[in-house]
Amino acid sequence: MKMHLECPMPKFGFDVITLGHGSGGLLTHQLLKSGVFDVFNNEMLNQQHDGASFELNGKVAFSTDSYVITPIFFPGGNIGELAVNGTVNDLAMCGAMPQYLSLSFIIEEGFSMQEFWQVLMGIKEAAQFAGVKIVTGDTKVVEKGKGDQLFINTSGIGLIHPRAIIHHIRIQSGDQIILSGNLATHGIAIMSKRKGLEFETDLESDTAPLNHIIYHLLETFGEQIHFLRDPTRGGIASVLNEVAELTQLGYHINQKLIPLDEQVEGACEMLGLDPLYVANEGLFVAIVAKEIAADFIELLSKDNNGKNAAIIGEVVTDHPGKLVMKSRIGGHRVVNYLTGEQLPRIC
Amino acid sequence: MKFLTEYRDPELVQEYLKKIHRITTRPWTLMEICGGQTHSLVKNGILDMLPEKITMVHGPGCPVCVTSLSVIDEAIYLAEQSGVIFCSFGDMLRVPGSTKSLLEVKAAGADIRILYSPLEAVELAKANPDKEVVFFAVGFETTAPANALSVVHAAKSGVFNYSILASHVLVPPAMEAILSDDENVIDAFLAAGHVCTIMGMEEYYPVAEKYKIPIVITGFEPVDLLQGILMAVQQLEKGEFKVENQYTRYVQREGNIVAMKTIFEVFEKGDRIWRGIGSIPNSGYEVNDQYKLYNARLKFNLNLPVAEENAACISGDIMKGLKKPKQCPNFGTACKPEHPLGAPMVSSEGACAAYYHYSSSTGRKEVIT
Repeated sequence: MKMHLECPMPKFGFDVITLGHGSGGLLTHQLLKSGVFDVFNNEMLNQQHDGASFELNGKVAFSTDSYVITPIFFPGGNIGELAVNGTVNDLAMCGAMPQYLSLSFIIEEGFSMQEFWQVLMGIKEAAQFAGVKIVTGDTKVVEKGKGDQLFINTSGIGLIHPRAIIHHIRIQSGDQIILSGNLATHGIAIMSKRKGLEFETDLESDTAPLNHIIYHLLETFGEQIHFLRDPTRGGIASVLNEVAELTQLGYHINQKLIPLDEQVEGACEMLGLDPLYVANEGLFVAIVAKEIAADFIELLSKDNNGKNAAIIGEVVTDHPGKLVMKSRIGGHRVVNYLTGEQLPRIC
Repeated sequence: MKFLTEYRDPELVQEYLKKIHRITTRPWTLMEICGGQTHSLVKNGILDMLPEKITMVHGPGCPVCVTSLSVIDEAIYLAEQSGVIFCSFGDMLRVPGSTKSLLEVKAAGADIRILYSPLEAVELAKANPDKEVVFFAVGFETTAPANALSVVHAAKSGVFNYSILASHVLVPPAMEAILSDDENVIDAFLAAGHVCTIMGMEEYYPVAEKYKIPIVITGFEPVDLLQGILMAVQQLEKGEFKVENQYTRYVQREGNIVAMKTIFEVFEKGDRIWRGIGSIPNSGYEVNDQYKLYNARLKFNLNLPVAEENAACISGDIMKGLKKPKQCPNFGTACKPEHPLGAPMVSSEGACAAYYHYSSSTGRKEVIT
């Protein structure tokens, strides 16, 4: 469940971000003080040093990602939540329990202070929900026209679960391919609000931190989980093509079994997009030992992020290195990598 | 998804397949005209479910694929002019011109916008009175009404900084060009359902009669396509050559009168060069004299040299049905979607791209079962 933080926006004295806010001088200091240190208040950040120092005991995962989404506010979230959840999920997919994040902004001159505050609140909410601390960061302001409102980079670090052995070399023939929820919801929710393409849906991005459910799954099934990946850009087609290439096993999925919201399916039909290539958030692909697949689904489907989880296919020895999908009508086709961007078709 | 799921019903699909298998006694070559049909056949794995005796060849009905190199060069020239906002449907951007694509021009700083409707381009022109907005009006008869409407709309609202680069192509002349080719191998056509939704069926009767060839107006879903194939094979086996309508839920014999009226208000027929095929008489629409202010070719005095097609691309033979994509020596090697030699590898509806994306090995039974 999402929390709603209703902190009032501090009086920065400016309606918009100016170049001065990135100068390193007084304006930067004021912005950081009320916008960052007070908001994310923790002992490491409060040292206001160039970096964070902490101890970690065990094997660590480390990940980074940059967030450049348009529009920055979308149904179901904003760029701030995405920046936290994205890196949290990348760590979770390594079998790690995310602990600390860095947070860097590249802000375009003229960006609304009110919106910046909303993004900060989104970050705070998401970090609290995921149970991670923002411990270091950076803010830069670029001239108008040299950026697109707001770019965020987050890096994160987390301890790997002692029972997690997530690696593509562990995938074997007979393993089941599991999708944790409805495909392509995030990508289509964003697209429905893009300028020039607005169409009516009540779809919301499913951006969410997956670390809690991954922790439960690792606690229960440990090394029986062979591979985890969140299919963000490039969709599940890219993830499964990558592992097909790496493992030289065949990946066979059944279109009929792939959970897909009716509105998403309709939008994809209309725009000529293939949901297999559409970006996702709050969704993961798991490749697990056949023996645990049913129990894995049972546990996963009790979680808010796993209600529609389904086994969508299996790993086979046929067609090594290739992803093949059985169509709804029973035909088969190879699913390749996406080339370039998916461009809506003419007619 | 009502109106779609019933046309993807696995049981109905099996039923039609059985019927097709049962009645087919001789080898037949059918051409589906539209790229959307090609895509659906390949994407759903239908090609390997058909009897061996039936060969599907993929026709010229992909607007991206048949737009000539010279027209792409014109688009690139316009997009590079300062003060121009050049607007296009998404999939035209990747098509290579003589030296570069619109996507590369965009990356180099040209103001190119991907739009979903030409009416948005008119709005853009209103919002940017100091700029010239040009819309790349490509497509078959299907997109012509909306493109024509944008011109009517601009004229009615007194918007003069808007023009279109018309590159419309028409289906019946292309069918005739294929049929009159000495090497023609086509026994029957699946005509494009969407085109006929606009234009109706009348144009097809003389073609069927003259070339003694069955024409079945067909939709795009698996059940549509199989029913269309069945109807065509039934005619072939009986020695008939009629125009039939499988896509009855949309296509009426007289077409969409209002849409046609809009087309003829703005456009006139003219010769058009088709990529890989060459010039076909009366096979395209150009902006007529009445609306010449909205013709980008006149407005910008376009007079570029005719570009030479890349000799390594056999798209002409593919679109005439003489060769399959995989018979091209460059397929999947020198020519891939990320660096296409010709347009059929670019568009999501191009025959080469469909084969590249959805099947992997060679030969007819290429798709793994």
